[in-house]
Amino acid sequence: MSPPPRTWQRSLLGPLLVAAAGVAGPFVAPQFQSQMAVLWVMVILALTWDAAGGQMGYNSFGNVVFFGAGMYASAVVQRELAGGADAVVHLAPGAYLSGLGLGLACALLAALLLAVLLGGGILRLRGHYFAICTLGLGVAAGEIANGIDFLGAGSGLVTPLLPEALGDRNRFFCFYFLALAGVCFGVLRLLYRSRFGLLLNAIRDHEDKAEAMGLPTTRGKIVAWSVAAAFLALTGGAYGNFVGFIDPLDVAFSGATFGVWMVLMAIMGGRGTLWGPVLGAMVFHVMQELFWTYLLGWHRVALGLLIVVIVIFLPEGFLGWFRERRAGEGAGGVGAAGAGAAPVAPAGGARA
Amino acid sequence: MDNLLLLFQFWPLSAQLLLDGLLVGAIFALAAYGMALVWGVMNLINVSQGDLVILGGFVTWQVAALGIHPLFGIPVAAAVLFVVGWALYRAVVFRLVDRDLFVSLLATFGLSILLQQLMNQVFGADIRNANAAIGVTILAGGNVVLDNVKLVAFAAALAAGGGLLLFLRRSRVGRAIRATAQNARAARLVGVRTDRVYALAFALNGALCGVAGALVAMVWVVHPFIGITYTVRSFMIVVVAGLGNVAAVVIAGSVLGVVENFAGFILGAEFQTAFVFSLLVVILLLRSFVLGRRRQVLE
Repeated sequence: MSPPPRTWQRSLLGPLLVAAAGVAGPFVAPQFQSQMAVLWVMVILALTWDAAGGQMGYNSFGNVVFFGAGMYASAVVQRELAGGADAVVHLAPGAYLSGLGLGLACALLAALLLAVLLGGGILRLRGHYFAICTLGLGVAAGEIANGIDFLGAGSGLVTPLLPEALGDRNRFFCFYFLALAGVCFGVLRLLYRSRFGLLLNAIRDHEDKAEAMGLPTTRGKIVAWSVAAAFLALTGGAYGNFVGFIDPLDVAFSGATFGVWMVLMAIMGGRGTLWGPVLGAMVFHVMQELFWTYLLGWHRVALGLLIVVIVIFLPEGFLGWFRERRAGEGAGGVGAAGAGAAPVAPAGGARA
Repeated sequence: MDNLLLLFQFWPLSAQLLLDGLLVGAIFALAAYGMALVWGVMNLINVSQGDLVILGGFVTWQVAALGIHPLFGIPVAAAVLFVVGWALYRAVVFRLVDRDLFVSLLATFGLSILLQQLMNQVFGADIRNANAAIGVTILAGGNVVLDNVKLVAFAAALAAGGGLLLFLRRSRVGRAIRATAQNARAARLVGVRTDRVYALAFALNGALCGVAGALVAMVWVVHPFIGITYTVRSFMIVVVAGLGNVAAVVIAGSVLGVVENFAGFILGAEFQTAFVFSLLVVILLLRSFVLGRRRQVLE
């Protein structure tokens, strides 16, 4: 049934090709560097959404919470280190990098804490209840950040400017996000191939049975969500510096953009697969850059329509569709070669 | 927290918040009842519920903008949203019946985005209000001032809810709807055309949302992107009240209205939305906690 096990050289081919293209990209087409940076952000968003949404079957509409929390944690740490909002504009390269590093570390810690605390409660909910709860969580986080003066409230936060000695901002963050996407891909791949991946799939397929078999379902759910939260925070923490300004509702906790996109990209590519979210993110991002600017304000209407159409007509995504087609062809092949296949069956029966 | 002290020092203020909350809670209950209807009949949770409410509000605003008294917007919004609900069912929602949770949730979520962005394009991103201008009622010697619109909203919400209840209890079609909710396959066996019942249920839900939205536009304001708060409120009310218990829905709606009013006053208006969503999280956690305990007792 399953394809023959691939050698490790072959299984590394795909990621290495993508990585090579990613590294070469900014040098080949420097004018598209910022779009490439956003592309890798999208890949991370889709990959992390799929860890809970696809592999584990917990549809979360609120993963953007971790993205925004990481962004705020990193920005606030950097602001306090530099000594105030005015000081962040002119930083020495060393101060900038150490600030960013510490900010990202704090973002990571904050998101992990948040994921464990929230997850311990929310991940006990099932189905609709979990989905709508996370939907509320995403909006609540934005509203709360919008009301806290320490976080800049509605007027937002200014993040440190990349010192010129460190090169072009777009290129710097393009490589950062590429590296992070690579690490994220690698970590998720290891997780999915281990027993832990089987645990996640067991939770998706039948949680009660998995629990009855003694599997640590709650722990598994929290770990999976925490992994997603960690990468989201590392992405968000740097994304604040990449765009230079944090708005609570439009950048950090933006339900209408990143919050929706990550769900759509993962579904579009094929949820529950490793490559599906990557593919979905690339297709979606290219599509958005190519067509959507011409739709003016209507692109967000198209986004809603796209979700409805994809979910109803292509719920397994591109990869699922390919797989189904291939399976269909395979079944047809067996039917056509029925005479050849027949002698095998009695042998199997005799053995049983 | 200064406001908290104020509530104790000056009782009419508490009375004001309480009455306001009770009256507007009926509007929440209306949208929640629609959600319970669809949930019960089609086993589908409509994430776009709040956006239908806002659409009803915009219809009423449009009616008022044409120079007609906004109170006439209530039946107009109900009629328009009935048609919208029917059309949505025929276009999208019928594909979601009997599909798995993933599909129905995400598809109605997509519908929600679609509706809010459409409204944003058609009506603009401005805050709109349909001012009915029918005066105020003064109680307690001028210390408690009730907007007459809120009284009308309360009465209209009760009338719409009561009318629907009577329709479901007494009419033949209503009986078909209830039969489908109980057991769709058995209903089909005795000749109920369940597809039509589903369409009607979704259209009626639309009409309820339309009425609720008309009242929202008169009592507060509408804006394309605030629909989600009404979805969350409806969901909370239904989770607390359960399916098919109208009295509980009304009570839960009123309680929510009162709690929200007090929270908004004490915490400040900028945290009221955050409060609604945090309340949702708390209620769901409590529910899972209570259910978990109950299961342990049964074992």
